[in-house]
This record gives sequence, structure tokens and C-alpha cells, in this order.
Amino acid sequence: MSFLEYAPAPESQAILNLRSEYGLFIDGEFREGHGTPFASISPATEKHLTTISTADGADVDAAVAAARRAYDRTWSRMSGADRGKYLFRIARLVQERSRELAVAESLDNGKPIKESRDVDVPLVAAWFFYYAGWADKLDHAGLGANPASLGVAAQVIPWNFPLLMLAWKIAPALAAGNTVVLKPAETTSLTALLFAEIVQQADLPPGVVNIITGAGATGVALVGHDDVDAVAFTGSTPVGRAIAKSVAGTHKKVTLELGGKAANIVFDDAPIDQAIEGIVNGIFFNQGHVCCAGSRLLVQESIHDEVVDRLKSRLSTLRLGDPLDKNTDIGAINSSAQLDRIRALSDIGEAEGAERWTAECTIPENGFWFAPTIFTNVSTSHRIAQEEVFGPVLSVLTFRTPAEAIAKANNTPFGLSAGIWSDKGSRILAVADKLRAGVIWANTFNRFDPASPFGGYKESGYGREGGRHGIASYLKTAAPAAALEPTRKSVTKGAAK
Amino acid sequence: MTGTQIVPGERAIALLGGEANDANLRRYLHGIPGVDAVGLEQRAAGLGTRSIKTTSKAWALDRIIGLIDLTTLEGADTPGKVRSLVAKAVTPDPADPGCPRVAAVCVYGDMVGHAVQALGSAHGDPDQGRIAVAAVATAFPSGRASRSIKLEDTADAVAAGADEIDMVIDRGAFLAGRYGQVYDEIIAVKEACRRADGTYAHLKIILETGELNTYDNVRRASWLGILAGGDFIKTSTGKVAPAATLPVTLLMLEVVRDWYRLSGDKVGVKPAGGIRTSKDAIKYLVTVAETVGEEWLTPHLFRFGASSLLNDVLMQRQKMTTGHYSGPDYVTID
Repeated sequence: MSFLEYAPAPESQAILNLRSEYGLFIDGEFREGHGTPFASISPATEKHLTTISTADGADVDAAVAAARRAYDRTWSRMSGADRGKYLFRIARLVQERSRELAVAESLDNGKPIKESRDVDVPLVAAWFFYYAGWADKLDHAGLGANPASLGVAAQVIPWNFPLLMLAWKIAPALAAGNTVVLKPAETTSLTALLFAEIVQQADLPPGVVNIITGAGATGVALVGHDDVDAVAFTGSTPVGRAIAKSVAGTHKKVTLELGGKAANIVFDDAPIDQAIEGIVNGIFFNQGHVCCAGSRLLVQESIHDEVVDRLKSRLSTLRLGDPLDKNTDIGAINSSAQLDRIRALSDIGEAEGAERWTAECTIPENGFWFAPTIFTNVSTSHRIAQEEVFGPVLSVLTFRTPAEAIAKANNTPFGLSAGIWSDKGSRILAVADKLRAGVIWANTFNRFDPASPFGGYKESGYGREGGRHGIASYLKTAAPAAALEPTRKSVTKGAAK
Repeated sequence: MTGTQIVPGERAIALLGGEANDANLRRYLHGIPGVDAVGLEQRAAGLGTRSIKTTSKAWALDRIIGLIDLTTLEGADTPGKVRSLVAKAVTPDPADPGCPRVAAVCVYGDMVGHAVQALGSAHGDPDQGRIAVAAVATAFPSGRASRSIKLEDTADAVAAGADEIDMVIDRGAFLAGRYGQVYDEIIAVKEACRRADGTYAHLKIILETGELNTYDNVRRASWLGILAGGDFIKTSTGKVAPAATLPVTLLMLEVVRDWYRLSGDKVGVKPAGGIRTSKDAIKYLVTVAETVGEEWLTPHLFRFGASSLLNDVLMQRQKMTTGHYSGPDYVTID
């Protein structure tokens, strides 16, 4: 036998008790939506997981009204320290239920269990822990003393990191004193609904967190709702642009976290084995469904062949298959629509003259899959070098000098992230200084921490999430009158203990 | 078993394009890409999360036994202790005749004769199911002796019947940048491994990575050991902490892989010291298989230098057949 054909090591699904249908989570309880319910399937098997409600306009009204009530009556009046207690409690519940959440995420999204278990869910807990600590320290958020919360936040999140994006949105909003109505992506609502159960378990006052499910129309209704004070969106640039237009001229404060086409720049003095790992992690992590993915590899011409060779042999060791198997490296593509897009753009890449190489791997019969693919001989004018593929597809370009690397890296309408690989610290700093990207990783890639702000330049969006900047997005400077009031009263009785 | 038949120095001259002196070696070793410590450790940790179950685990446990250099390196070693070690090596689990034998026993030079005698007909090439005798030499573990003493030490062990010599490099010279001296010494020891019939004892080169301190140094020392003609590169003596770690072993395997890509020569790797549990040992098997390929998981290309590891593997083996854990009194001590 071959040792490398590791025996199956599936994570047990026994821990997950899915209901046959899920309603909307409004005002602290689940209720049926008025829209047509839709099926949630596993992208790895196309099997039916559960049925999920659709929120129509009336449901959106109800959710926003619940959030407004909770904001006016409880949450905005509560002391920061008490809000923090609730957030700490949520963080601990996420840890307690981490295995269940990881299984649900992998089942619903298609990402490998090793990623949901070791990356997504631990980061979710970290995000709540981090912002729990901010709740009573808002004076230090950079907006002066006694900054004010905004009110009701409408939050729409994507399908690539369903629970993590929820945490990125909800944790800072609640810490700052806002209440939220959140809409998860249509294909990945499951963990948001499990999170609603956690919210109940944590005994959060009803209406502070509302979760409504549905497709694009639900999101449009939510974002466009008159009684919403803040809009936070993570997703594609076209949708982000539409949201920006719809909120223009209103009082709503907006953060947008959109697409990217990150350059991962490898200089000839890079620590080569770690750079290969970083390239792999940069583009094949989460099947490349990452807005900050290092989808454009810029490699110094002198080491191009060696890097591509090593990359190919490394990719040949990646395991594609059952997301719940603990040894799976590459899971399923989230939806057939996304798979079609990846296929279409890859075909265009080939037609434009780039050279395509695909790792040999067995593709399961059912479900949506795309084997890790590299395009060499790519020019900046190719569409695969310009457009976001949002899949396991890497475009390899070359450069000769640092100046050329910087010019090519910046030659994109996006600017979310970038990577630099070099053993020379001064070069890393000099290049990083000239890259127009919100996050720059040096000798690593796709590392996230709640203390670090994250966001983009240009068409990658505006506003920052994470760190002090992330909490500031959900605050405004105190109104002059409010600043004169005595310090906010502390509501301890009946609050989280 | 027989070491490589290459002419000492041949590897280096071809690669360096000149004599293997301090300047040329330095130019080459310092031109190798650096190692990013964080990235290396991350990769090793990632490999450590592979989940090896059922049939794969059963195979892995048996293979681990077959890759062990069962070791006793104590000042208190006696012929009796060595005989006991050999008995354990030949019959690791008396309750299970199907249990594989270890690859080799590893002893001090003066114990080689006793080990050979105790092994009797079981003595031979581990690739053919027999057990080799490995001897540490060259003023192990510190290596602080004159070259003539080190060579004598080596020749002595080979003459007594050692199949494999585990030498230590001169870490002092390496850290002082005297690469030529380290290189020359390995070449000389390799020569001292030559038997009367012209064959060579297998040479394992102990880098003592715990004293080299940085991954960049480990990588350079690995290249140096290979260029000088080592059949194996080995992490540690087991007398210095830290001994073998997964990141260090991964790094050495990467050098071996790169050397193979460059030359077509296969060099072995031996992590030694500190690997005590089956769980850890399986992580090493995964790292070997996913870095250089599973064809490296044979006794002439990969070994574990260990003593207490064997009994933990035996307990795991028993658990796989009986379904429950036994205890330390259900496996024999050597």
C-alpha cells in the first residue's frame, strides 16, 4: 500500500444537530420568514442540509425595528463594561461549541475541516475576545472622549468565511454600542443561524443581534432601509458599488470590503521553501475564495523556473476531497455558479495565450470542484492578471527590478493586500512603502489577527475592520451636548455577570 | 550494509567548481537561500496535524519499528546491557512473532564487538530484515579531540564490525567559519570507514543542531555534510537539548530533496533524541513522505535515533490489535 494514501480520517458529524428548517432570528427568537424558503446544500456532495427562511420587506422592517428598540432601550444605555461581559460570554460559547461550528462550516461552505477548525473558528473567538476588551475603552478609539455609537448597523457578509465575517462585523459593532441586523450569504447561512443560538445562550438582550436570511433582494432591502444608521458590506466590487450608490446622500456610515487581486512578490533572495509555502497558502487557502488571496505571483525572472518547478511539485502533494476529512487540503468550490465563473476565466486565460498547468488529482463525482491551477507566461494585460477569479487559480508574472515589481503590483484597480518575500529587511520596508494595498505581509501570507486593521485601497473598498480602526468605524465623535453630560451611567443590575 | 562508493570529495568539487577550501565553501554555503524560521515552523506544525488512522496507522507503527536505531549511549554501558539491548532489538515484542525488528543497534565503539556477537546470525543489512550495528565515533558527543584520535576511534569501531559510523562534526570549527576544516575532517573520517575489502561503513554525520542554534546554520551544515560525502545527516547526539525537532528535521529533509534534484543521489536523514511517542514519530513519517517522498521511508534513507520510542510504539501496536491500552509492564524493558 502507499502510505501517502492516508486512510480516511473524517471528522464526525454526530456533534451537529441540524434542524430540518430554520427561521429568521428577530428580537431574540426564531420566526418564519414571509419569503419563499430555500434549500441549503453541501457543495461537496450537493446533498440537502436544511431549509432556510427568506426575509421579505416586512421581515426586514421587523428586524430593523427590533434592533432599534434594543438600541434605544437597552444596549446604548448599558455601560461598556457590561457590554464587554456579554461579548466575553459569546467568545467563550464559541470556544465551547467550536467543534460543532467547524463541522457546520465545512459542511455548508465546503472548506476543509482543518481550516475551519484551526483558522476560522479560533479567529471568531479571538475577534469577540478582542472587541470585548474594547467595549469599556472607547475613549481610546481615537475619536476623543465619550464617542457615540451609531445606532442600528445593517451588515451583509459573503460566503467565503461565513462565521468569521460575521464575527468581524458583529463584535466591533456591539462593543461600540450598536445593535445589528446581519444577513449572511444565501449559500452559507448555517453558522450564522447556529450563532443565533449562541446569542440566545449568552442571554443577550432581545433585538441586539438579529439575523435574517435570504438572497440579494433581502440584502438590498436591509441596506436601503431608512432606519439603518450604518452599513457594512463584505463581498464583490459590483455589489459594493451598488451599495455605495444606494446610501449616497443618506446619513448612513459605510464600510466596504471588496475584491482584490493581490500581488505576491518573490525576490531572488527569498527564503525559497517558505516562499513556496506562502504562495500555496496565499492562493490555495480556502480554495482561493479569499478577497485578499495572493492571486498574482510576481516572481523575479532569475528564479522563475525554479519557483514554478518547486511550486508544481508542492501542489502535487495537496489533497483535494471531502472537506470533513482531517487530511483534506483543498475542499469544494462553494457553489456551481462560482465554479462556472472560475472555469470561464480559466478558459479565457488559456485562450489569451497563458500556459495552464493543473495538479493531478481525482475529482469527486458529485459536488463542485476545481483542481489547483497555475498559469505561467501571464502578462499584465491578460484578464486572469486583472480580474478576481476567486478560486484556486494562480497567475505567474515576472519582474526584473524592484521598481518593476512595484509598478506591476500596483497596476490593478484593486488594492487589498500584497506579499513580499525577501531575506533583506531593508528591501521589504522600501517596497512595502510603495505598494498601494491595505495589508502587506512580509515573508508570510494570509495571516489575520483581531488587533490588526484590514481594508483596501481603490476598488477594494473603504473603511477598516479590525484593531482600533475597526471599532472607530462603528463610532462617531461625541455631540457637543453629550460631551458636557456627566459620565455615562453604569447599568450593572440585570446585566451580564 | 555498505556506504556510498563515491570518491571522497567528488560531490563538492563538481558543485563548487574548485577546491573545497574555506573561501569556496563559504561562498557556496552563504549563497544558499535563507530560512524563514516562522514559516519553517508553521509548515512543520501543519504537517504535524495530519490525521493518520486505521490501516495507515498500523502500517506506520510497523514501519517506525523497522526504522529505529535502538540506542544505548551511557557511560554505564556494559556487555550485559548491550546483550539485553540486542535481545530487545531482535524480538521487540515476545508476544507477537509478527512484530518487525528494528533497523540497527547504536552503541559506543568499545561495545561494537559485544553487539556483533550478541546479534549472531541476525546481524546484517536492515533492508534484508537483519539488524546493523551502528557505532558513535570521533570523540562523541563533543568531538573535542585531535583528528588522529577521532580517526583511530572510527577505524577501531569499523574493525570491530560496525556497519555504520555516527560521527559528530566539529561545531566549534563550523561556528568559527572554518568550513574547510569541518569538510576535511568528514572526508578523513569517511576514509577511516574504509574496510580492508575496499567497502565503506555507512557514514552518518551528526550536526548537533542544538548547538548550531539557527536554521540557517543547520541548512549550511547539512549541505556541508552532504558535499563531504555523508550517507546520512543526523540531527543530534541526544546529549544536547534541544535534540531532534520536527522543523529541524523538515529543514534537513528539504536539503536532501534539493540535493536529490540536483544530483540524483539519495542521502538519508536521522532525527535522534527526544522522539519518545508514536504520535511524534508518525509526524516524522508524514514529514518525510510529503517532503522527499515515501521511498525515503526505508532503513537506508531514514532512521529514528531512539530508545524509549520503541516501547511506546509497541503499546500502540497492542492497542490496535486488542482495542485497549495496556501499560508499561506489558512491554519488555531492554
